[in-house]
Amino acid sequence: MAEESAVGCARPTGGPVGEEPQEAASEKKETIQEVRSMIVVGQKAPDFVAPGYQQGKFINLKLSDYLGKWVLLCFYPGDFTFV
Amino acid sequence: MSIDSMFVHKMWDDNELSKMVEGGVPFPMLSDAGGKVGKVYGVYDENAGVEARGRFIIDPDGVVQGYEVLTPPVGRNVNETFRQVQAFQLVRETKGGEATPSGWKPGKKTLKPGPDLVGNVWKEWTTDMAFD
Repeated sequence: MAEESAVGCARPTGGPVGEEPQEAASEKKETIQEVRSMIVVGQKAPDFVAPGYQQGKFINLKLSDYLGKWVLLCFYPGDFTFV
Repeated sequence: MSIDSMFVHKMWDDNELSKMVEGGVPFPMLSDAGGKVGKVYGVYDENAGVEARGRFIIDPDGVVQGYEVLTPPVGRNVNETFRQVQAFQLVRETKGGEATPSGWKPGKKTLKPGPDLVGNVWKEWTTDMAFD
């Protein structure tokens, strides 16, 4: 599950796990377009790691650590947005 | 998950969300700076630099069973999300032996797909069952 992480001043970030290295900048846009169509119902959810906050602690979380459980993954435009 | 840092998540939880939910948000609030994960999930808006209201139901095998994506001004229906999870859980428990027709919710009739049901759904299910 999510592990507590030590925090410095650098802003931590995560990202997809196991992604192919991108070769040239000119191909980047194309790669993203392909990646975008990856979400298909009935197929595996792309794995990722992400830093976060939970109940007073800063954490690091990997989606695949939640195998065996039902997961609701929700995105939203931003903290303090209204709805 | 949003593009906000975990520091902003903490401030939002401390200063606003904990006034709506006793003890604050219980689940992980994840940070996706740069929208790297959001891009893979198809919810990142490059122009606005933020993520749409995407919601993905992922089963215990890591398989996406359903998703919904809304533009920012319209909020989600949490009850509908729970209903879908309950429906997917029932299908999983019955190993696909039962299916949940339109309007199904816990306690309502399921259908058992098979040769005998072909052309006979009208005997088992009526349109009023699609509604609460």
